[in-house]
Amino acid sequence: MANEGVDYGRRRFLTATTAVVGGAGVVAAAIPFIKSWEPSARAKNAGAPVLADISKVEAGQRLSVLWRGQPVWIVNRTPALLATLPQVDSRLRDPKSEMDQQPKYAQNETRSIKPEWLVVVGICTHLGCSPEFVPEIKPEPFDPEWKGGFFCPCHKSRYDIAGRVFQGVPAPMNLVVPPYQFVNDKQILIGVGPGEKA
Amino acid sequence: MANVFTRIGDWVNERAPGMMPAYRKHMTEYYAPKNFNFWYYFGSLALLVLVNQIVTGIFLTMFYKPGAATAFDSVEYIMRDVDWGWLIRYMHSTGASMFFLVVYLHMFRGLMYGSYKKPRELVWLLGMLIFLALMAEGFMGYVLPWGNMSFWGAKVIISLFGAIPWIGDTLVQWIMGDYNPADATLNRFFALHVIALPLVLLLLVVLHIAALHEVGSNNPDGVEIKKKKDASGIPLDGIRFHPYYTVKDLFGVGFFLVLCAFIIFFQPTLGGWFLEPDNFIPANSLVTPAEIKPVWYFTPFYAILRVIPSKGLGVLAMFASIILLFLVPWLDRGAVKSIRYRGLGYKVALGLFAVTFLLFGAIGAGKSAEWIPAIFGANADVSGIEMHFGWFLLVIYFGFFAFLYVYTAFGYEKTKPVPERVTTHA
Repeated sequence: MANEGVDYGRRRFLTATTAVVGGAGVVAAAIPFIKSWEPSARAKNAGAPVLADISKVEAGQRLSVLWRGQPVWIVNRTPALLATLPQVDSRLRDPKSEMDQQPKYAQNETRSIKPEWLVVVGICTHLGCSPEFVPEIKPEPFDPEWKGGFFCPCHKSRYDIAGRVFQGVPAPMNLVVPPYQFVNDKQILIGVGPGEKA
Repeated sequence: MANVFTRIGDWVNERAPGMMPAYRKHMTEYYAPKNFNFWYYFGSLALLVLVNQIVTGIFLTMFYKPGAATAFDSVEYIMRDVDWGWLIRYMHSTGASMFFLVVYLHMFRGLMYGSYKKPRELVWLLGMLIFLALMAEGFMGYVLPWGNMSFWGAKVIISLFGAIPWIGDTLVQWIMGDYNPADATLNRFFALHVIALPLVLLLLVVLHIAALHEVGSNNPDGVEIKKKKDASGIPLDGIRFHPYYTVKDLFGVGFFLVLCAFIIFFQPTLGGWFLEPDNFIPANSLVTPAEIKPVWYFTPFYAILRVIPSKGLGVLAMFASIILLFLVPWLDRGAVKSIRYRGLGYKVALGLFAVTFLLFGAIGAGKSAEWIPAIFGANADVSGIEMHFGWFLLVIYFGFFAFLYVYTAFGYEKTKPVPERVTTHA
């Protein structure tokens, strides 16, 4: 076929529109495949709220429960431990908990609903290791002025007894406070905040 | 009368006339420089290991059961109950480490002799893509046994994506398909490890070799052998790949396989370097290994992450340390290819770069926790010294790329004259 009389503008238009429509089709077809990687209905179900019995946790002790495959720590803090919180403020990255690492109702000095009960996800915010609970107020090899808190053995990140991260360690943020509520004086429901429906 | 093989050959050639020319182009009439040395073994060895990984991998999939509840037990089943299963598994695990070993040496060869320079930039880029695909393949393969280091390694590496602003947390959950590395994560990594990435790797390897054969191989003198040809158009310093280099490579293969056999039969974990002790414990989301560290081939990049006390910057620097390697053909403006005729500055810089890479590897493997007290005394501040020394190494690592550009682009390099032909020609 001869090339005379070819309408190049029309040809460009048809090529471009075909490419755009085909491209949109490819994007649309990719959506189900991308969506298939999201947590499945079963995984979401397994991630449902968890009820923890705190009646047997003595002052200074820690309870560890599993929520969404992560350890959630419930610590019953003694008045002596709570008194250390203001003392370490100057050595912390985010003493006022300004970063979005906790629900609004836990954005306070103790990072909790009730002052003595700390509820945090026990996963270091650096690379996801699980820090150690070091509650004694005494000099430690990793910190001569230790006031009690959490120490990550992986990369030596340190947190105070409210899960607030110290300066000069690899972890960038405070430990995460998950949504939780007190069902009564003896039970904590982890996964939903106060007044929220499970 | 022609025998049956000749007749089959003729029959095929009539129907696929392009096949014999392709064979000649890539084998019997591919003219490679005659002065290849020791460093030129590693390309063909990488190909050999790739074949080993595919063959042993196919057999492992016959016995391995993906899934958080079955994976660990099925690997132990392979090790204890399947006839010769231990051999197939150790060939695969040792092969993974040997793959990285030969690829690192192959890349170092490229840096030494300027094999990334015009006209071979595409060969280098495709090679770097192979390296990236290989890293993904190695990482996902390490997750499959679902040992405790598999689990925590997966958690740490996936959480790196959480450093991306805005979408980070959603992306992490999307990759894992759960709120933690779980059954869903293991199954998708299995699919990627045994199907998706091997297909990508094979395609890239074919393209890498095709791109190389278009422009021809570089050599230790860095001279273009195609510039001097005889009357029939054959490079004067070239010899046929087959049989000359196939025989030379087979000789190297012999030594290489002896080394591999020694590791497989006597030191399959290589003292924790090839298979870490923590990975012989089943995955446990509540118990973190005392020290999470990747297998040796990732430790240099892991160290870059580790010595930077900010997660976002650490991740950025780690990715930059790999991306910069892609750009080497454009950072290096020097005309002379081979280190034999390059300026002293380049020799020193490349040497420092290689030593830095190894020292980063030692830091990433946690060796600094042993070395620093030995050097500075038992009370030394290990993490502080490690971090500051790490910063010093960061300056050298990234400084190499800056130096390479400044040194070559502004004419500081004093090169020696490059010979017309390869130095070993008769």
